[in-house]
Amino acid sequence: MLKISDLHARVDDKEILKGINLEVKAGEVHAIMGPNGSGKSTLAAVIAGKEEFEVTKGSVSLDGENLEDSAPEERAHKGIFLSFQYPVEIPGVSVTNFMKTAINESRKARGLEDMPANKMLKLIREKSELLEIDRKFLSRSLNEGFSGGEKKRNEIFQMAMLEPKLAILDETDSGLDIDALRIVANGVNKLKSKDNAVIVITHYQRLLEYIVPDFVHVIHDGKIVKSGGKELALELEEKGYDWLKQETVV
Amino acid sequence: MDLKDKLVSSFLAFEDKVDVHNPVHDIRSEAMKTFEAKGFPSKKEEAWKYTSLNTLQKIDFSIFPKEENALEYNDVKKYFLHEIDSYKIVFIDGIYSSYLSETTHDGVDICLMSAALTKPMYKQVIDVYFNKIASKDDSLTSLNTAFSREGAYIYIPKNKMPKKPVEILHLATGNEAALMLQPRSLVIVEENAELQVIERHQSITGNEVLTNSVTEIFAAKNAIVDYYKVQNDADTASLIDNTYINQKDKSVVNVHTFSFGGKLTRNNLNFYQNGEYVDSTMKGVTIIGEKQHVDHHTLVHHIEPNCESHQDYKGIYGENATGVFNGKIIVDKIAQKTNAFQQNNNILVSDKATINTKPQLEIFADDVKCSHGCTIGQLDEDALFYLQSRGIPKKEARALLMYAFANNVLASVRIPELKVRINKLIAKKLGVNLGFDL
Ligand SMILES: Nc1ncnc2c1ncn2[C@@H]1O[C@H](COP(=O)(O)OP(=O)(O)OP(=O)(O)O)[C@@H](O)[C@H]1O
Ligand SMILES: [Mg+2]
Repeated sequence: MLKISDLHARVDDKEILKGINLEVKAGEVHAIMGPNGSGKSTLAAVIAGKEEFEVTKGSVSLDGENLEDSAPEERAHKGIFLSFQYPVEIPGVSVTNFMKTAINESRKARGLEDMPANKMLKLIREKSELLEIDRKFLSRSLNEGFSGGEKKRNEIFQMAMLEPKLAILDETDSGLDIDALRIVANGVNKLKSKDNAVIVITHYQRLLEYIVPDFVHVIHDGKIVKSGGKELALELEEKGYDWLKQETVV
Repeated sequence: MDLKDKLVSSFLAFEDKVDVHNPVHDIRSEAMKTFEAKGFPSKKEEAWKYTSLNTLQKIDFSIFPKEENALEYNDVKKYFLHEIDSYKIVFIDGIYSSYLSETTHDGVDICLMSAALTKPMYKQVIDVYFNKIASKDDSLTSLNTAFSREGAYIYIPKNKMPKKPVEILHLATGNEAALMLQPRSLVIVEENAELQVIERHQSITGNEVLTNSVTEIFAAKNAIVDYYKVQNDADTASLIDNTYINQKDKSVVNVHTFSFGGKLTRNNLNFYQNGEYVDSTMKGVTIIGEKQHVDHHTLVHHIEPNCESHQDYKGIYGENATGVFNGKIIVDKIAQKTNAFQQNNNILVSDKATINTKPQLEIFADDVKCSHGCTIGQLDEDALFYLQSRGIPKKEARALLMYAFANNVLASVRIPELKVRINKLIAKKLGVNLGFDL
């Protein structure tokens, strides 16, 4: 489904991604771990099409199609979803109106009519129940004044609404309390199918107990320095990253 | 002949049309002298540094419309907020249109300045209020005073509240190649009374129009006034709006100014807090492009203690548009415990657009809370990416952000239909259909 080959990306003059190779197939869950500043969020943003980052070499393709010239919204229409590490506050636009706009724009891109209002309401109700989000929340301005955990839960609510083919969850677990973590993970698992895929970026093994990865990759200094099965996450939890950093030097 | 000379000589012709023995005419004559002495303001004056009236003065404006002009309701319907649920005072080329209006004398007076200035029954009110808060040295205000004859007259007696909002609509038909209009309005809201007004100036053709309008608003003790100015005029229409507001104890006056179009718009909005525990709020949303120019000059004069003023102006400037915000706050020495807030935030969406923003604080009391801030920026790229990543195309995402930027100004609009209307105007202005009523 997603194929990343020798991806190099930089911002201004700073090279951040230095040759990433990664293939994600339908039905798979991949976890990406790695020290702070190693390039995880950058990789996520580049996949989602953030123009601030310049791809200098390599490619990202979805279902065989090179995404090079696709704007972020086009990637979204193709089924890519990014749950932000730091969701942006948009005062003045309610969660509900935001979701309506997002869904109808995606439908428009696929040549469909707007979703009828009653269907939209039903969908919103269903998905907010799945993530145990209070309905009052939905009329508030998007992310404005939301607590850290509320923002993350709201990201997954958006994911549930948009039903992406490929979801990238960038540190969705950080800021969530134990109950919220379970609710959010449960939400993600419910949406999981053999036709879609998830990339989970996290620092902690805990989330991976709920969302069990098929593969775990470690990014260090803009490169994937190690890949393995879910047991790699346990090993990292125990040993930290130093042994891997040294390995790369050698 | 330049415009000033033309106006000065027209005053003689004007005197043939009005009752020169009415004491009001002494006020007019005095004002004419002031205008004659001062003429149009030039860019040399600090207050007019960024707004030039030079090109307008070269246009050969008619000072009086040649003939009365009728308009069909259907042609102008779209400029009204309501078909039925508002009082309407409508002028066509400066002349009252009874056909399009709906005035009342039922407990309140919602009618015409021409009547108020001439009929004996209004004399007492006119003596007390007319030209009492409007500036006597400002040249453009004086010019309006000199030619004051027609406009809206609203008198809300103690404890009254009209059943519906009042719409004041000034239409220009383009019957003249270029027309100058000088509406003069007087709004009096007595103790515990309430009023909502929507004012709009609209040219319906591409001919030049210059409006120099003066409105005096008096809010007595505990009065509540909501005044909305909708400025979305044709590219050949210019407006100089001079509004003077006098507030007594515990009165609340909110003025919203929505500036979405017109060739040149200058808003001189002046609040005088002549009472304690007064609340004055002025908010504005300006969204302009092309070569449009909007200049907001606000003044809040805190004359008594324990009062508040709130200013919140948002501007979005595209293409070659130019904007000005100058917010002057004066706090007199005795006006202790004043709270004065001022905020002006701007987004420039084009390299060629400009905004000049300046707070001007003159504070003579020591126990005051005063804050002001102005920002000029671009749209937040991270926010844009966030919206796009959810499938919202860049153009719509930009519009949504701009809408969001202006939103807190809309939140305080207390006429729901007006809010919807303004939302639509904003969406249209931003060139998008957002798929829902924001
Ligand atoms: N816009 C930018 N301008 C300059 N440097 C940037 C920019 N964005 C990211 N970086 C740098 O790139 C590197 C990788 O950042 P990134 O956010 O991808 O790290 P991360 O692996 O997600 O870290 P964390 O675990 O702390 O979230 C960091 O050194 C960061 O400072
Ligand atoms: Mg990160």
